[in-house]
Amino acid sequence: MSAAPVSPIREPLVTGSKTYHQITEDLCAPTERAPSPAWVIAFIVALIALTIGVVSILYTIWVGIGSWNLNRTIGWGWDITNFVWWIGIGHAGTLISAILLLFRQKWRTGVNRAAEAMTIFAVICAALFPGIHVGRIWVVFFFFPYPNTRGPLWPNFNSPLLWDLFAISTYFTVSLLFWYTGLVPDFATVRDRAKGIRRKLYDLLSFGWTGNAKHWQRWESLSLVLAGLATPLVLSVHTIVSFDFATSVIPGWHTTIFPPYFVAGAIFSGFAMVQTLMVITRKVLRLEDYITIGHIESMNKVILLTGTIVGVAYLTELFVAWYSGYVYEQFAFFNRALGPYWWSYFGMMACNVLSPQVFWFKKIRRSVTWTFIMSIFVNIGMWFERFVIIATTLARDYLPSSWSFYVPTIVEIGIFVGTLGIFFTFYLLFTRVAPVVAIAEIKHILKSSGDQFARKNAEPVVQQVESGSLESTVVEHHDDEH
Amino acid sequence: MGYRNKKIVYGLYDDEEILMDAVRQANRSEMSILDVFSPFPVHGIDDLLDLSESRLHIGGFIYGMIGTLTAVLGMSWIHAMDWPNIFGGKPYWAIASFIPITFELTVLFAAIGMTVTFYIINGQGPGIKNPIVHPRISDDKFCIAFDADEASEEEISKYRSFFDQTGASFIETKKL
Repeated sequence: MSAAPVSPIREPLVTGSKTYHQITEDLCAPTERAPSPAWVIAFIVALIALTIGVVSILYTIWVGIGSWNLNRTIGWGWDITNFVWWIGIGHAGTLISAILLLFRQKWRTGVNRAAEAMTIFAVICAALFPGIHVGRIWVVFFFFPYPNTRGPLWPNFNSPLLWDLFAISTYFTVSLLFWYTGLVPDFATVRDRAKGIRRKLYDLLSFGWTGNAKHWQRWESLSLVLAGLATPLVLSVHTIVSFDFATSVIPGWHTTIFPPYFVAGAIFSGFAMVQTLMVITRKVLRLEDYITIGHIESMNKVILLTGTIVGVAYLTELFVAWYSGYVYEQFAFFNRALGPYWWSYFGMMACNVLSPQVFWFKKIRRSVTWTFIMSIFVNIGMWFERFVIIATTLARDYLPSSWSFYVPTIVEIGIFVGTLGIFFTFYLLFTRVAPVVAIAEIKHILKSSGDQFARKNAEPVVQQVESGSLESTVVEHHDDEH
Repeated sequence: MGYRNKKIVYGLYDDEEILMDAVRQANRSEMSILDVFSPFPVHGIDDLLDLSESRLHIGGFIYGMIGTLTAVLGMSWIHAMDWPNIFGGKPYWAIASFIPITFELTVLFAAIGMTVTFYIINGQGPGIKNPIVHPRISDDKFCIAFDADEASEEEISKYRSFFDQTGASFIETKKL
């Protein structure tokens, strides 16, 4: 295989002049050495958060959702806010692994594995909320259409809430299959280096992968088709989540802009969470040669783009509310910006629309510190967005007599803290068990995007420029244009 | 599809370009290669080994269609025949609102069907252990293997001299 020449101005994706063996050593190392004290402390903190969550959830199930502060007007509060926030975060993984694969963006190889893992854990956290907020979790299987003794009585397939159930379970399953199929060859790499009990573990995880030519051919075919399937899927999932709101007749929710605006917001928040995790992971696991500043910059560009789309959507909503001449719609937006929850609208606007604009500056896009701070801002801003849409809108009904206010109870806060605990516990375990960067895929792009090869591949072009033959044509072309 | 209890002669190469040249050399001297192993997919090797294109995606299409039909027929039967119900003044057979679930089930069936088929035809799965030719193949070595089950001493030495000439860094005869 002769590597395709890559433009000399394109940044290398793998630095440090790695050999294939060096890549294996670097990427398997985190699973092979004893956990660092930082990891142990982080894991303990995550476990404590998880425990708080388990206690809060058990308490909710025991006494019922009366333990939350939801009321007659505000039927959805932190539960659905957190659900939409987590499911949004869960969108970056599939976007990186599927859409960027179809677009042939090679930089995805550095971050796709961790982003997909993050997707799966985020979807688990998200799925928890609809599960417990129905109140009687022990009959939650009523959601599914199965022949039953109650008629049989079927769920309502016209309901967006049921579509959501199908969308999220499909999304979880497909993401899991995609992620695991990518992991199998890398588990085989770890297996062939392991001894004793670890050998047994990775024998099980690697499914007996041998790496022969036919298997690789099928593996590539499967990855490509799964990517093709996952691309419309990822767009459909958040579209359907937005239908939960858009198909209702609540002013402020009943808008056709919701699907694209939710999808952009999901990608926005997902990338922010990927940045939060990657900035720490590359430092702690010493993966700076694989997750380079170039990778971080690329993701910051996506954050800038999607953040701006979200900003345009906010302004469009305001314009349409005014232009519609519909007083209830106008009041809904007036209430969001200047009502009792004005601070959450302000937080949303500041964190989501204004703050990402600093990424127009290249220096800031390439700064690890700025990236980390901005990613936290975006995470907070996107949480506020969902809170604004849900609680703020519901707090001011058609009838002023039913207007109310909502603050979460300690139990609701506990469940949210618990989902953060679940997420980070799973993520920390993942960094111990699986290679965080896709080994086989990095090796595959090494000859086109490794720094030592990127220079070599560019040499013919550089020589042409130096000898004058290429420059002259470029100059002529340039002259034609003017 | 592991090569259990098979005797092979194999050579390891340090780079995929040397491997490709060696496969071309083997094709020229009409030696039949049992298999090629590599740490990542080597593009172009399928043509050299005469591997036909994978039909997995055709399977994916069929599984997807099964999903589509399951969803459309299932929801139509339930809402129009088994238990007709009026929701929001819409007709019983409100086909437009079946679209989201139909799409999701199409994707779900295609993805699960293809992945399961992939592992079954590869002879892989949880708990399955296939013989490993050499532990460095999943790391940085590229391997060509010849079938030596019924090969004479003469043929085996021919294979070995082939590996010598084509620049293999390691040669071994092994029963898997």
